[in-house]
Amino acid sequence: MIEIRGLTKAFGANHVLRGVDLDVGRGRSMVVIGGSGTGKSVLIKCILGLVTPDGGTITVDGTEVTRQPRDAFLARFGMLFQGAALFDSLPVWQNVAFRLLRGAGALPRREAREVALDKLRRVGLGPQVADLYPAELSGGMQKRVGLARAIAADPEIIFFDEPTTGLDPIMAGVINDLIREIVTEMGATAITITHDMTSVRAIADNVAMLHGGKVRWSGPITDLDRSGDPYVEQFIHGRAQGPIETLR
Amino acid sequence: MTRLLAGLGAAALGLLAALGRIAIFAGRTASHLVRPPFYPREFGHALMQVGYFSLPVVALTAFFTGGALALQIYAGGARFSAEAVVPQIVAIGMVRELGPVLVGLMIAARVTSSIAAEIATMKVTEQIDALVTLSTDPMKYLTLPRVLAALVVMPVLVGVGDVIGIYGGYLVGTQKLGFNAATYLHNTATFLQATDIVSSLVKGAVFGVIAALMGCYYGMASDRGAMGVGRATKASVVAAAVLILAANFLLTQAFFAA
Repeated sequence: MIEIRGLTKAFGANHVLRGVDLDVGRGRSMVVIGGSGTGKSVLIKCILGLVTPDGGTITVDGTEVTRQPRDAFLARFGMLFQGAALFDSLPVWQNVAFRLLRGAGALPRREAREVALDKLRRVGLGPQVADLYPAELSGGMQKRVGLARAIAADPEIIFFDEPTTGLDPIMAGVINDLIREIVTEMGATAITITHDMTSVRAIADNVAMLHGGKVRWSGPITDLDRSGDPYVEQFIHGRAQGPIETLR
Repeated sequence: MTRLLAGLGAAALGLLAALGRIAIFAGRTASHLVRPPFYPREFGHALMQVGYFSLPVVALTAFFTGGALALQIYAGGARFSAEAVVPQIVAIGMVRELGPVLVGLMIAARVTSSIAAEIATMKVTEQIDALVTLSTDPMKYLTLPRVLAALVVMPVLVGVGDVIGIYGGYLVGTQKLGFNAATYLHNTATFLQATDIVSSLVKGAVFGVIAALMGCYYGMASDRGAMGVGRATKASVVAAAVLILAANFLLTQAFFAA
């Protein structure tokens, strides 16, 4: 469904992506792992057009993303941002229903609110949070609201950028389970960016490891522990010693 | 010498490049005026933020300036026995110059800074990226409503500022300087011409656009992190203030240069 070939991106002298090749099948959950600064977030921002790649191609369903009508293309996506990226000036329900309230197929406010309440219920939040503002929520609740917003328009493709960063282990587990359940029941294609190995094992069908601006290894989650790749071994076991340079 | 010239050249090129970027930004903003979708709720919200909530600061600034102007003109006029011109000079000074400029600068301080900080923070916290992923153009959703609101509401604020400034002068004139109330008002009303009022409101509209545009531009162009937000806020207020004063000179020249 998503095919990435030879993707390159540099910020000045910093060549973040040096020719990334990646395939994500329809309905599959791909988790991209890698150390900080290896370009994981840049990769998904390139797919969404938030960052313009320097080279390479990205196709979704066989059509290059730059040739697809922008609004129709983005309407197929949902995204959970690392810090949830909720709009401070809007109450929770309007954050969740943001897309539903605007654009060509906008719903009436009452109907959009009902959908928002339903999505909030789906991520374990009651109607009492609907009229609160994001600043009144805990980090875990903000992530859930972000998740509800990502799935509000029933997208075909969902991106999760560091979904458990900053959460306690229990809340991280809850978010991981929610992501897995939602992706499975919606049949959505998912790409998750993380360096949390618990998330990887909870969410992934397939795993790709980015290192040095390229996909170092990719394969099914079942093969992760016997990849035979020293970079993957070092990363998944969190070892300071190994081929990946660490600052000490 | 060569190094000095190179430095001056680089600074001039930098300034021209910045002006070019701002012009392109303004053009992009204007292009959204005729392209749906539109966001009337955001426009209404911006009207309240730029207009209604700025009224107290505008009123206080204009009131004290009008009063101080009356005292200054009275004291200055006394040097050549021209104390009687206080109503006329307060009126012309407030309407033609001080009203629009001071309101413009207060809006630059209050609104430009707030817009720049808000948008820069939205950028830092990925809210701008989130808007894009939700099929919403940030220029259309954030910039256009604010610039349009400033364009519409600033002439009103300037008009209010002019009236309150004249009232400040009137109070000082009648309560402290011994002017007759009816004569003061009569002199004020008969001395002002339509051009004075039109120039004041036009200046207000132009200053409003400058103030909102600078806030949006520097907010959108901000770097990541808290320092980026701080830099964007500072730069937006400085740029708005300088551009407002420069535009004031050009508009005064256009309206009143013989």
